Amino acid sequence: MAEAPLEMEQVFKKFKKGEIHDSLRDLIPALTGGLLRRARSGRLEGREFWALQDVSFQVGRGEAFGIIGANGAGKSTILKLLSNIMKPTKGTLHVRGTLSALIEVSAGFHPDLTGRENIYLGGAVLGMSRQRIRAKFDEIVAFSGLAEFIDTPVKRYSSGMFTRLGFSVAAHVDPDILIVDEVLSVGDFVFQRKCVERMNAVLASGTTVVFVSHNLRAVADLCPRSLFLERGRVAAIGPTDDVIKAYMARTAAVAEPGPDQEVTISHFAVRSEHGDGIQFESGQKAWVDVEITALAPCHNVAVALDVRDETHYQMFHTSTERMGLPTLSLQPGETAQCTFELDLHLAPGMFHFGTTIYRYDLGKTFDRRFPAATIFVTYDKDVRGAANLYPRVTITSPECVAEPAK
Amino acid sequence: MTRVLHELVARRDLLYILVWRELIAKYKQSVMGILWAILMPALIVTAGIVVKFAFASASGEKLAATDIATVAVKAVPWAFFVASLRFATNSLVANRELVTKVYLPRQIFPVASVLSQFVDFGIATVVLAVMLTVLRVGASVQLVWVLPLVCLLLLLCIGLAILLSAASLFFRDVKYIVEAVITFAIFFTPVFYDVTLFGRWADLLMLNPLAPILEGLSAAVVYHRAPPLGWIAYSTGALAVVWLLANAFFQKMEPYFAESI
Repeated sequence: MAEAPLEMEQVFKKFKKGEIHDSLRDLIPALTGGLLRRARSGRLEGREFWALQDVSFQVGRGEAFGIIGANGAGKSTILKLLSNIMKPTKGTLHVRGTLSALIEVSAGFHPDLTGRENIYLGGAVLGMSRQRIRAKFDEIVAFSGLAEFIDTPVKRYSSGMFTRLGFSVAAHVDPDILIVDEVLSVGDFVFQRKCVERMNAVLASGTTVVFVSHNLRAVADLCPRSLFLERGRVAAIGPTDDVIKAYMARTAAVAEPGPDQEVTISHFAVRSEHGDGIQFESGQKAWVDVEITALAPCHNVAVALDVRDETHYQMFHTSTERMGLPTLSLQPGETAQCTFELDLHLAPGMFHFGTTIYRYDLGKTFDRRFPAATIFVTYDKDVRGAANLYPRVTITSPECVAEPAK
Repeated sequence: MTRVLHELVARRDLLYILVWRELIAKYKQSVMGILWAILMPALIVTAGIVVKFAFASASGEKLAATDIATVAVKAVPWAFFVASLRFATNSLVANRELVTKVYLPRQIFPVASVLSQFVDFGIATVVLAVMLTVLRVGASVQLVWVLPLVCLLLLLCIGLAILLSAASLFFRDVKYIVEAVITFAIFFTPVFYDVTLFGRWADLLMLNPLAPILEGLSAAVVYHRAPPLGWIAYSTGALAVVWLLANAFFQKMEPYFAESI
């Protein structure tokens, strides 16, 4: 097997909280190497902490690899190690081929320079030769959509235009390995679409891609394999669907039962006819299983189901009580299962599922978990919005023969 | 060090663009624009002439054209030295965003800073040449020394710039130390005076590695004599030490740049 373009083996990275050096008097040990020896050792001292611990993974040639995790889990540290901005404290990493990050390089831009001048500057910063920048110049400008402002100093750009320009330069470097960090937070909707298209084109051309994002749907769409980082450690690695499930299970609020909590959610799952899943076709059937366990005697308990889109806007809500089902009464240790069968008439997108266990007559909530699961809905036609109304379209006009849309 | 040079050569387009960025950025929104390149050396030359005039009046002599010429020949490289260190010391910290976001051979920042000042030095040199012609200083075969001496000066600036920029990334004190030193260094460096003025203490002043370079330039350009070769060799040795130290320190500390800046 050919050597993997990206490889991390038991990588550790240590950081220090607070100031690295307090004053000039730390310079002497630093110069004599004492401080450096300590910094490279495997022990933690003082205010040090591990930003990454025992991280190992490989990315194959032409593969798209996702990295997910909460803020501060160490995603950016991995990217900085891969791009050689930082060195690991322990462990080895191999990068075979040219590597570039699809980050906005507006960092190097100078406000007094024009868009045109800054394209040359940003391109050079990312390792392009002047010749290559000149060859790609028109493409970059077209991508940014800033042609009419290209000879304006960038200090007069809006902040959106500024990052768009920086991003457009980065999108045209064409390295062997591309690192993408939160591309989807750049620019407006139209620009984001362009970025996704660009990434697909880059992938199709055989470039290896490492994709870091909070947008789970984008990760699921682009990357067959992923890594879930939790507080600097690899919590899960493998097929993206499994990794996202692990991530959702871990982030689903796992509140410890309080003293007055009489009922707790002991199991929650969304499944299709093929079993557990996170990818659904629009219109497919889905079953939501909720299992509750009583910790104390309880009466009049109802189970509610909540479905929200990625912005947490409520798509759907119902409960056993609203559906006219009898309420539950349980003794300590007893469990009850409740299954909602649904038709997913949803437009393509990401949807969160959650549940609340409550007692209506007392206005009391026993347990709540949201999001307890996340699914992705796909559809083969380009429809947008929240619901899927399954359109069948015909056109009648003098010019064209009426025919049903395919 | 060879790896670093190799990397810098590979990224020469970036080096060129960074120098150009500093120049454009410096002169773009200023009324005087490129004239600023001449103003600083001109001020130092003027101050030097005032000092020379005071010396001349005190000793009851007339101010000679060569006196003005030596001050000018030394003040222009001195202005370059001072400006280089002042800007280069801050060059890594000023490019924080790039240091923490993209991988580059980081030496490129201090080097680009010095080179952009070197362009100013070139402009000031043209004006200086005109001035020397007006003063009828004349030319001789000794002018061949100018090129190696200027190279020596440039390399010394680059070495110090690399060392100071890295040190200043970890300790902001360095910036203030550099400011203080270059403010007073003009008293320890033979810019307004010649070392011969100090008689038997002259050698002590020549220990400043910059002194032989400035004395050498004034000897070759104004007095049409060979520079003090022994002292030039000493400066070259000092330069080698500065380079070795600078590169050792820079390379040792570079892995910690992104997390310490």
